[in-house]
Amino acid sequence: MYSQGLIGADNKTEETQAFLDAFQKRIDAEEKIEPNDPMPLAYRNTLIRMIGQHAHSEIVGMLPEGNWITRAPTLRRKVALLAKVQDEGGHGLYLYSAAETLGVSREQMTEELLDGTAKYSSIFNYPTPTWADIGTIGWLVDGAAIMNQVPLCRCSYGPYARAMIRVCKEESFHQRQGYELVKTLCEGTAEQKAMAQDSLDRWWWPSLMMFGPSDTDSQHSDKSMQWKIKRFTNDELRQKFIDATVPQAELIGLTVPDKDLTWNPTKNRGKGGYDFGEINWDEFWRVVQGHGLMNKDRIAARKKAWDEGAWVREAAQAYAAKQQSSSVA
Amino acid sequence: MNPALLHSVVQIADDHLILGHRMSEWCGHAPMLEEDLSMPNMALDMIGQARTLYTYAATIENQGRTEDDFAYLRNDREYLNCLLVERPNGDFAHTMLRQLYFAAYMHPFWEAMHKSTDNTLQALSFKAVKEIAYHIRHCGEWIVRLGDGTDESHERINNAVSALHPYTAELFEVDEQRLAGIELGIFPAQAQLRQVWDKTIDQIFHQAKIKVPRTDFNQSGGRKGLHTEDFGLLLSQLQYLQRAYPGSTW
Ligand SMILES: [Fe+2]
Ligand SMILES: [Fe+2]
Repeated sequence: MYSQGLIGADNKTEETQAFLDAFQKRIDAEEKIEPNDPMPLAYRNTLIRMIGQHAHSEIVGMLPEGNWITRAPTLRRKVALLAKVQDEGGHGLYLYSAAETLGVSREQMTEELLDGTAKYSSIFNYPTPTWADIGTIGWLVDGAAIMNQVPLCRCSYGPYARAMIRVCKEESFHQRQGYELVKTLCEGTAEQKAMAQDSLDRWWWPSLMMFGPSDTDSQHSDKSMQWKIKRFTNDELRQKFIDATVPQAELIGLTVPDKDLTWNPTKNRGKGGYDFGEINWDEFWRVVQGHGLMNKDRIAARKKAWDEGAWVREAAQAYAAKQQSSSVA
Repeated sequence: MNPALLHSVVQIADDHLILGHRMSEWCGHAPMLEEDLSMPNMALDMIGQARTLYTYAATIENQGRTEDDFAYLRNDREYLNCLLVERPNGDFAHTMLRQLYFAAYMHPFWEAMHKSTDNTLQALSFKAVKEIAYHIRHCGEWIVRLGDGTDESHERINNAVSALHPYTAELFEVDEQRLAGIELGIFPAQAQLRQVWDKTIDQIFHQAKIKVPRTDFNQSGGRKGLHTEDFGLLLSQLQYLQRAYPGSTW
């Protein structure tokens, strides 16, 4: 039986110290954990939560950018944006499949998203009022996603790691494409350049928040590091992102909206890095708690698509059932 | 420069752009994730073909216009797409049926274009025919599922047929420019395409347990630049940035 493989899923398996030690030994030996392997319940639940959130982020993330598909300014940009948003849907699909290997269904996860029990990345609760936001999202949001996801390609859970390898290739394409879009605006008219700067001003700090709370406040980091689900802490990843992104902004003549940003040659064990200003964690928690400008609209849009699609899904099921019964008969 | 050919190429390009644009409106809002991948694929095929056709139109015209000048910088009355492709998305049944109606026309069109006397269009036909075959298959399968699914889906697909069927005859209209192209062996005769279209639709409707309706009146106008009111709203989104920031590079 399939469920025999799911040790820990039934809540009955006794997680003796010997079992936990043996599991940790596999992790430390960099062995990949596969769906039918025994695993501690907390490991399974952490992954379900993480992969589910990640999948939901891809799906909700289609909305802010989808907002500009019908208004893209050239056919080349329209095609690129459509393909990008479609890629994000594809990421959602592989991630839901990866989560399903842990014994949770896509319907269940979707319902949790719609009723608000499952989270998704807060960045998508910010609006995209201008075309420049399409470039900035690719550059910063996909850029931050890559920083988070490249280490996940080595995640101890095999299906997640494999999904991430595929996803990361596409994300880095999105990042370059987004940067190229912003660069084009910076090389354009004064109005276009102002549009790009305004967009950076709005997205810079929320992008830094994408790495999650500071290490001193993060509830999930320690265990996830020990299990090699995560490889770097939130603050380490945030620093890497800032160090990589600030020079990119300078190169195209944009100003990072942080007056405390300064180069510190002693950072990163003498390799140097940027010191940066205080992140507004009140804003972060406010948006996480549902009070961003777009939280309600995002969930309403997903719910509308899901509810209005119900008759289509029912028709497909009814038709498949008829086909099956007629082929049996 | 062959003005008749230019006219016909722009018509076909406009059909693809507008239908692709309509399909792209679904992106992120589909009834299921799989369709959020398939519908953008179809939109990408449509817009991709529009780009090739506009670029060819610009070459025929030879006045320095680009694909974007054609796509973005004309007024309502200058777009020559048929009315079918501009009809609003409606529900999923409407969207799938609209795409099927169009694809069932374009498939025999591109097949016939393998023998076109126009080299550019002939070359395009080989890629286009493969793409459009997928649209017939994908949308056709949905029409069958909806027609033979639940009572609700059956009713919805029937409503879509009643709403959209009167717009299908315009696909086969022949104006003087097209006639000139047909006589030069550039384009196939429309009557020949109609036969194949009827057969495709009959077959799918039969499987879907729906009837091909008799229509008392066929709508037309788009081919001559006379569009429905929804079309102006579509253009106001499509053209927004080009109109708000004239002469900018994007
Ligand atoms: Fe993604
Ligand atoms: Fe992406």
